[in-house]
Amino acid sequence: MAPSTEPVATASKPASGLREFWYYFSVNRGAVIGLTVFALLVLMAIFAPLIAPYSPDIQYRDALLKPPIWEAGSDPRFILGTDPVGRDMLSRLIHGARYSLFIGFFVVIGALFVGVILGVLAGYFRGWVDVAIMRVMDIILAFPSLLLALVLVAILGPGLFNAMIAIAIVLQPHFARLVRAAVMAEKNREYVTAAKLSGASHIRLMLITILPNCLGPIIVQATLSFSNAILDAAALGFLGMGAQPPTPEWGTMLATAREFILKAPWVVTFPGLAILITVLAINLIGDGLRDALDPKLKRS
Amino acid sequence: MAKGKDPHMLNYLLRRLALIVPTVIGISICAFAFVRVLPGDPILAMAGQHGVTPERYEILKEQFGYNLPIWQQYFDYLGSVLQGDFGISLATKRPVITEFLTLFPATIELALTAMFLAVIIGIPAGIFAAVKRGSWFDQATMGVALTGYSMPIFWWGLLLIIFFSGYLGWTPVSGRIALTFFLRPITGFMLVDTLLYGNWPAFVSALRHLILPAIVLGTIPLAVIARQTRSAMLEVLGEDYVRTARAKGLSPRRVVNIHALRNALIPVITTIGLQVGLLMGGAILTETIFTWPGVGKWMIDSIFKRDYVVVQSGLLIIALIVMAVNLAVDLLYAFINPRIRVQ
Repeated sequence: MAPSTEPVATASKPASGLREFWYYFSVNRGAVIGLTVFALLVLMAIFAPLIAPYSPDIQYRDALLKPPIWEAGSDPRFILGTDPVGRDMLSRLIHGARYSLFIGFFVVIGALFVGVILGVLAGYFRGWVDVAIMRVMDIILAFPSLLLALVLVAILGPGLFNAMIAIAIVLQPHFARLVRAAVMAEKNREYVTAAKLSGASHIRLMLITILPNCLGPIIVQATLSFSNAILDAAALGFLGMGAQPPTPEWGTMLATAREFILKAPWVVTFPGLAILITVLAINLIGDGLRDALDPKLKRS
Repeated sequence: MAKGKDPHMLNYLLRRLALIVPTVIGISICAFAFVRVLPGDPILAMAGQHGVTPERYEILKEQFGYNLPIWQQYFDYLGSVLQGDFGISLATKRPVITEFLTLFPATIELALTAMFLAVIIGIPAGIFAAVKRGSWFDQATMGVALTGYSMPIFWWGLLLIIFFSGYLGWTPVSGRIALTFFLRPITGFMLVDTLLYGNWPAFVSALRHLILPAIVLGTIPLAVIARQTRSAMLEVLGEDYVRTARAKGLSPRRVVNIHALRNALIPVITTIGLQVGLLMGGAILTETIFTWPGVGKWMIDSIFKRDYVVVQSGLLIIALIVMAVNLAVDLLYAFINPRIRVQ
């Protein structure tokens, strides 16, 4: 009878739980807009080679720094203009979506995986395990995250993959802290005691009995981390420590365009706008998720 | 609230301090270890392009203690740090602490101005949005706040430069003050120093240099504070005692300003304190964009120059400052909110 006694978990009654979730989520107009924009971005990333008018790396040497088509002196072939070496801005931006979403997705998976394991261990076992894990998390959190990521990338060597590892490391303490607190709150509830009495193992108690009931805050934190990962990766790219040119990563595009800001503002404007739209869409979803998953705010 | 002699407060303070000791040791080990595993050789980095002979290399290695076992190097480092010696920069040959203290006022001036803008705009905006919940003002403010919160600030800085420096020509692009002014620093805070000298044009120049970086650095804290104030205010406005105050027939303004605001601001203070770490991260980007001669730019330049000593000690100093501020915020929070202490 043990684990089936789990109360109120959204996971225990998928159909109605999901419907209830959608009811609360869709009330938030911003969240629905965010989700729509995000879905479009995902589609754009997946089908980038089909949508983009040109390859992101082809240099049209006859069309350097052409402005967008609504400005004087533009080239009708390039809707959003070209960059300093004659590459089509639009195509590079479309391909850039692949990098940002890829970064966000894998950084969150990594940070989530490590942070959840550490947090569950700390909250479940307490004692010296808890002390050891949480002190390490405190140390990581004492460094400004961007600075720590920069130093980690300097150690690992500049590049997109190393930047992702560094960002995952600086983001995971947030998961660990959150999960620890949630596990500690759930641990002494009756359904856990019941499962324990019926002989469930530690692993089963941690992962199957307790963890699903902590999912709400974890999902919200994951959304937040997704947008933070994109911003941090772009910042590292901008500082020359993330993706390296000629990768059409948005932050890296900004870095290479910096010297042209006054001469050709569009090479700076569009990549940043792309980052902003993506991050804004994800944060809108995050706000909606928080409202929908936080039982305190659900007073019908 | 019994101030000063509260046993709970003292107890809380001691507990927090006890927790901090292992963290500080951990931070110093991390800062030390990071630099040991950085690729490259500190002595070769120090020697520069000319390189050194093998004999000279050995001498230097011994002189700087790099031949000692790693744990002994760590304890030597810790020993010097405890005596206030943070090492000598490989690039400039000046003591790290001197460089830090020269540059730190620039970062503090920038961060304080940014925070000032964030607080004087963010708190009233949050309160007003909460009081007028659901109005167009509320929706617009929260829309702007979420946009600010999602802003890649390095891009935001570039946009402001394009518009205000390039298009309108109102503000300079880089530095703290026009090069025509040559003032000996007194406090290191440009705005204060120019006033102390009574040099009005210099003050205006310093202000014009400061405004864009401060806006850029203040954007995310502003958004966070506005959002936090609104939600804290909404929570408090729903409490029984606020309803009681309203029922007593107090004016809405009095209810908001006296009864609700006091309690709503408690979580906001914590939020403000927690922005300090974020501000240091933001300072790296802001100072890079505006060539602002502060600690953030110093750190990133040192990482690129592989100035190991600066990276190591800079990391340590910055982490200690962030920790000290977080501790101060926690204590302040416990001081205002007695419920925390007794737990």
